[in-house]
Amino acid sequence: MPELNETQARELLTRALKLSKAEACEINIGGNTGGNIRYARNTVSTAGATEDSNLVVQSFFGLRNGTATANQFDDATIERAVRQSEELARLAPEDPESMMPLGPQTYTPVPAAYSEATAAITPEYRANVAEGSIGPAKQAGCVAAGFLQDGSNWQAMANTAGLFAYHRQTGLNFSVTMRTEDGTGSGYAERDVNDISRFDGGAASRIAAQKATASREAKAIEPGKYTVIMEPTAAVDLLQPLAFSLNARQADEGRSPLSKPGGGTRLGEKLVDEAVTITSDPTHPDIPTAPWGGDGRPFAPTTWIEKGVIKNLFYSRYWAQKQGKPATPFPANLIMAGGDASLEDLIKDTARGVLITRFWYIRFVDPQTLLLTGLTRDGTFYIENGQIKHAIKNFRFNESPIIMLNNVDALGRPERAQGNLIPPMRIRDFTFTSLSDAV
Amino acid sequence: MERRDFLQLSGFAAGALLIPSWDPYARPWSGSLTPIPTADKKQLANIALDAARARGATYADVRIARQLNQFINGRETKIQNITNTESFGVGIRVIAEGTWGFAATQDVTPDGVKRAAEKAVAIAKANSRLQTEPVTLAPQRGYGDVSWRTPIEKNPFEISIKEKADLLTAVGDAALKAGASFIFTGLFLVNEQKYFASTDGSYIDQDVHRVWPNFQITVVDKASGKFETRDALSAPVGMGWEYLAGRPAGKVKTAAGALTYSTSYDMLEDATLGAAQAKEKQKAKSVEAGKWDLVLDPSHIWLTIHESVGHPLELDRVLGYEANYAGTSFATLDKWRSKSFRYGSPIVNFVADKIQPGSLGAVGYDDEGVKTREWDLVKDGILVNYEAIRDQVHILGQRESHGCCYSDSWSDIQFQRMPNVSLRPGTKPLTPSQVIAGVDKGIFIVGDGSYSIDQQRYNFQFGVQLFYEIRKGKIVGMLRDVAYQSNTQEFWNAGAAIADRRDYRLNGSFFDGKGQPGQVSAVSHGAATTRVNGVNVINTARKIG
Repeated sequence: MPELNETQARELLTRALKLSKAEACEINIGGNTGGNIRYARNTVSTAGATEDSNLVVQSFFGLRNGTATANQFDDATIERAVRQSEELARLAPEDPESMMPLGPQTYTPVPAAYSEATAAITPEYRANVAEGSIGPAKQAGCVAAGFLQDGSNWQAMANTAGLFAYHRQTGLNFSVTMRTEDGTGSGYAERDVNDISRFDGGAASRIAAQKATASREAKAIEPGKYTVIMEPTAAVDLLQPLAFSLNARQADEGRSPLSKPGGGTRLGEKLVDEAVTITSDPTHPDIPTAPWGGDGRPFAPTTWIEKGVIKNLFYSRYWAQKQGKPATPFPANLIMAGGDASLEDLIKDTARGVLITRFWYIRFVDPQTLLLTGLTRDGTFYIENGQIKHAIKNFRFNESPIIMLNNVDALGRPERAQGNLIPPMRIRDFTFTSLSDAV
Repeated sequence: MERRDFLQLSGFAAGALLIPSWDPYARPWSGSLTPIPTADKKQLANIALDAARARGATYADVRIARQLNQFINGRETKIQNITNTESFGVGIRVIAEGTWGFAATQDVTPDGVKRAAEKAVAIAKANSRLQTEPVTLAPQRGYGDVSWRTPIEKNPFEISIKEKADLLTAVGDAALKAGASFIFTGLFLVNEQKYFASTDGSYIDQDVHRVWPNFQITVVDKASGKFETRDALSAPVGMGWEYLAGRPAGKVKTAAGALTYSTSYDMLEDATLGAAQAKEKQKAKSVEAGKWDLVLDPSHIWLTIHESVGHPLELDRVLGYEANYAGTSFATLDKWRSKSFRYGSPIVNFVADKIQPGSLGAVGYDDEGVKTREWDLVKDGILVNYEAIRDQVHILGQRESHGCCYSDSWSDIQFQRMPNVSLRPGTKPLTPSQVIAGVDKGIFIVGDGSYSIDQQRYNFQFGVQLFYEIRKGKIVGMLRDVAYQSNTQEFWNAGAAIADRRDYRLNGSFFDGKGQPGQVSAVSHGAATTRVNGVNVINTARKIG
């Protein structure tokens, strides 16, 4: 189905809701038109284009509800999905936590999330980006493997309580790994934008190639506690698990690092260093995103951690009602405050430390302490007296982001990383537990 | 032509499905269980193949697929979500000017498939100027019109919602009564109806089923603020609802007393035992870090096999095609060519397959029309082969694809995915209890937990559900805060004993991720209880102030 504008989406949703025989009904529709290109070994491998759209119908009878989806939009299929969700709802046991759909809400439009230029990307554009990445790789004696994905998405929701929401967004994600021809060095860069006028794949590729070349002849240093400098691409991977742990119910139930012994949560307490402030805002011009979450609650600008103190937790509507708290939805994105220093400035001020480009395969080890494990990858360097001295072999770490954010030494200028704004950060006493032979 | 025209063309009358049944509980699935007639799919596939050839494709394949999922989720004794999902569309892959092109659409009409075929050829041509390694496909004969289906006893989509909801409610109730503070429960059912056609002359209709019952129990001690979890010891399987019958023959009592399961699962019993075990974990002794001999139950070691054998032997990784995301591999071609690369000790044999009954990987044909089979990866400890598909096997000097090409959706391009990779059981009679009896200082490990491995698959760290301390051949109690760290080659070369075929069991992953854009695939791994000597164990307890 082609992209629907707001009027068309409203018309389709109104028509679909009229089919409902349930006590309440909520319908989400949305679609994506986009394409991608992959390259590896300095040549293209696979590329494709996909169009898909989806319809999600949730029907309610009292405390019972059921959901059905379809990806065809003819009248018969829409009606079938409505009936199927009703049937599932009738069959479902009563769920005392079931919440009826929200009434009308006010959303702040986020026009910056959509770019005509991004929506108009062609297969030739993608081939040019791949060519512009393979070129620098060959010049540097490297082998490039990369991926570009772009898309134009739209989404709309409406329900029988009168709520209606519409949003459209474009996006481009690019990442490239450069490996030296002998396989002894590897470097990485990634970029994500809504508007392709902010995207330069060639520049990112040159950084990856420099890292690959510089990371040859890596030396092994002993695992242990080190001062580290994390680039935003690395740091964001450790902050996201912390954002998930801001779940109020988990904390209230005593199964979260934010639970307090004896009951209650650590809301209002200082959890991490006072240099740490984390907020979210869907309308931020550098990271614009949809103005509502899954159940239609508007995303308002929210402060999660201020000067190290937990200021907000996120709630499901049910849990907020039960606890008598505002139903704050989960973070729309993460914005971590930083300073003016560049990555280079942070390196210059470091007596002895490790520069981390990227983390890999991060998994929870202990949910009690938010202990995570994972590895460094594609550009890990030893810093001495303010200079990068040499490449080092990759490490496995076992570290909690809570412990890490208690050891903040310096924060640099925030940059966009996976739809978030994250500063490069210098952290004391980061725990590496073993060496990896991987390049 | 609109979708409804196609429905008429197919004789698939959507309206008929809206007729209410006499008994709603007898109608578990109100979606389109009726398969689309293969003659209609063949007609559409031929339109796409002809359109691709007309635009200059030298090869094309078409996948018309309908994927049905049902998710039922609960917590404690409540059912919170019942969702049926359905996705229908077509993906068309072509080679033009030596380059792959792909396009997918939900518009499964003669016009829609023709347009997608033309778009796929246009993409291939746009990229061909960058192509320095033209695609070389292994020869593949066409099979004509053939079909395959998962040999299930009971179609999970035909089981009533009530039965499923009652099961999860009962599981929640049993766990709470046994001392759980909380439990999340879930049933995940998949049916892939996929039709494949290619310019080689294959027209393959397949109906694939998978099920996965699971839960996570949490026990909280509010006073101390400590909590422990215990996940289900179920396996996701390529079976029908019969997997949940809890047949006695499917139960395996371990030396530590904990139960695990093989071809049949008792969710109620596992939840009851799980709650008690989570409580026991809270009081367990914190492990002393250092070297321990490990005895690994099949409910655990499948994941170590998956990460340290299944992934590094994917030929696309070895060649660098996955360098930007999943990574490359330590198991390079020169090691394979040497015919002497010692992957494991001489008792270690890994075999790949897409045919084991009940496994997640089992299909009749892969997603590029190759009949499935079994092949050796590591024989007597030596690396002997990889996992490869049609556009790769020529690099190994082989003429036949291994048949492990897969796409998780009509909307994504198919590529090399992991087949089932299993550790062959020991050839000498040996029970798990006998394996444990031979260990002086060790840890017996049950169930999979946290897992992490580097991008070339050397260094790994695994956590677990249940750990039991072994002293002088006897289980002496439970341990906590355990994770083990090792290196792939070192670990498998320390393989000291493998129980025999009687203990062989399949476990697996429903969501193995790979590729860009990311795709998931489901894969099983068989093994018998295995002893690995002298593995580095770390203590994971921390304080966060």
